[in-house]
Amino acid sequence: MKNFLKYREIWLLAAIAMLIGLISTRFPGFANPGNLRQVFNDTSILMILALGQMVVILTRSIDLSMAANLCFTGMVVAMLNAAHPAIPIPLLIVIALLVGLVLGAINGLLVWRLNIPSIVVTLGTLTIYRGATFVISGGAWVNADQMSADFINFQRAAFLGIPVLSWIALLVIALFFLVMTRTALGRSVYAIGVNPTASVYAGIDVGRTKFIVFCISGMIGGLAGYLWISRYVIASVEVANGYELNIIAACVIGGISIAGGIGSVGGAVLGALFLGIISNALPVINISPFWQMAISGSAIILAVVLNARGERRQGRIILRKAEAA
Amino acid sequence: MTDTPALRHIPDRLDKPLSSAIFSWEALLVVVAVAIFVVNSFASPYFLDPWSLSDLTFNFTEKALIALAMALLIISGEIDLSVAAIIALASTMMGMAVQAGAGTPVLVLIGIAVGLGCGAFNGLLVTRLGLPSIVVTIGTMSLFRGIAFIVLGDQAYKGYPASFAFFGQGYVWWVVSFELALFLVAAVIYWFVLHRTSFGRRVFAIGNNPVAAQFSGVRVDRIKFILFCLTGLMSGIAAVLITSRLGSTRPSIAQGYELEAITMVVLGGVSILGGAGSILGVVLAAFIMGLVTFGLGLLNVPGIVMSIFIGLLLIIVIALPIVWRRLRGGRFA
Repeated sequence: MKNFLKYREIWLLAAIAMLIGLISTRFPGFANPGNLRQVFNDTSILMILALGQMVVILTRSIDLSMAANLCFTGMVVAMLNAAHPAIPIPLLIVIALLVGLVLGAINGLLVWRLNIPSIVVTLGTLTIYRGATFVISGGAWVNADQMSADFINFQRAAFLGIPVLSWIALLVIALFFLVMTRTALGRSVYAIGVNPTASVYAGIDVGRTKFIVFCISGMIGGLAGYLWISRYVIASVEVANGYELNIIAACVIGGISIAGGIGSVGGAVLGALFLGIISNALPVINISPFWQMAISGSAIILAVVLNARGERRQGRIILRKAEAA
Repeated sequence: MTDTPALRHIPDRLDKPLSSAIFSWEALLVVVAVAIFVVNSFASPYFLDPWSLSDLTFNFTEKALIALAMALLIISGEIDLSVAAIIALASTMMGMAVQAGAGTPVLVLIGIAVGLGCGAFNGLLVTRLGLPSIVVTIGTMSLFRGIAFIVLGDQAYKGYPASFAFFGQGYVWWVVSFELALFLVAAVIYWFVLHRTSFGRRVFAIGNNPVAAQFSGVRVDRIKFILFCLTGLMSGIAAVLITSRLGSTRPSIAQGYELEAITMVVLGGVSILGGAGSILGVVLAAFIMGLVTFGLGLLNVPGIVMSIFIGLLLIIVIALPIVWRRLRGGRFA
């Protein structure tokens, strides 16, 4: 199975390489390292969000409220910064993580304690969180001139030639990789996705793990909230409207099975990169940005078709093992 | 034990005791609807006016038409997130037809045909290739609306013929709009199909256990395909209504309708896991959502704040029976 997973990511990597090659034929400068670093930086927020969503999807759940959480938390930190510019940015990031954590914990509690399907819970909280953004802001925007210079420039500062935003993304990727492959929590998440009933018998507290997973996606949503607002320097109720589906799309393209249990950190990162490259490339090769939606839609469908084949093959292997035993 | 057991009479349906009717989901929804209605009529003097109440229905009829078909689809264990995108694509195609000089009958036909076509495309992907519908329809959602964006960009289609305005703005009788009449007729048809035909029984069977249904001779894939086509068809009809009501087409038309339609279905007591639900519940949920948004609108509450109430309503109405059962002793918990 390990070989197979590797195969899937290598395949995706090849697709990305091909995509870059294809774009280079129209715009030779695209593949040079400086530009690729820029693409990575542009995709950082989507990558972080996709990782948070991945952990949720692995447990056979879904979090539709991530974009609304991002919007709410972003508004909170933007308003805090506008009112108290003296608050240092690291403290603001901690606040963003905490606010996101609370929103995620609400989702998690409803899923864990009341056993309501996650799609219903997060469909509800999606509208609540976005509405709450309107309530706290009174419908007003927080503009660039209200934000402190630190707030805007923190993620743009270069460290070893790479912007802080990219470093944060790299750090989150490394963290998720460690948690998913080296901790009991990571193993439980996969186990629940593959077989929730067996997980209970194996001593895994399925409900509690799902709660933790929603806390994680909530914190990620909060972190992305600060990063998004300071990147696009505007906080409004409309921020990241409908973006929850882009996040899920990145996961799907990255080979994360919506049925749970299958997927990897590398897949989520590559899936997000794939979408990021498309949105970065369209303007430079003179295709109207209005094409982006249809292209990513086709990419999603294609990815599901290809992934479904792999999943079916794996299902048969499990059956054969069971028959042999 | 040599004697054969006496032939048992197996009833078609179980007798429902009165208590189960009183504590049913639909009864809960009726109570909620009446409560909101009463609160609204006290809160605003303008509420209890026939024309106000008629305007109220425009808030939900288009989404509710889709919710009827979506209910069947969700009961069968599938979902369609692309319905709003289908509206966008169908509306765009109607706009193109107007530019080419098409008349009202052709426009209606195009809207419905595009909807049906999109539904069939979803259905083929799900049933022929065996793909999970939630992912397929996230993909087609981007694809369908993406095509509308490619065609229109930041432009809009206008200039629909005057006779076309009837579908979204006309009245059939007194305060009963064409949209409301169409919704009520469609609700009766869907009620009949789901609760009184063998097709409806098969939909429930598939939702409860697709494998068992398959082995019982139910053509699972074919029925699912029909349900996707129906959902597309209803989205096409909704596209005709909304385009007629607004009199213009932008690629961002009907944004977010998919989540509202699904909220109606879930609020109506349809299990998101499939296998259970009723059309009556969905119709009641549609009216409740219309009442909430309209009542708050009369009180000058902005639309985005209303969505908080819709979200809370969804979670509370679903959580309430669960909490209540727990408090009663956790027999079913």
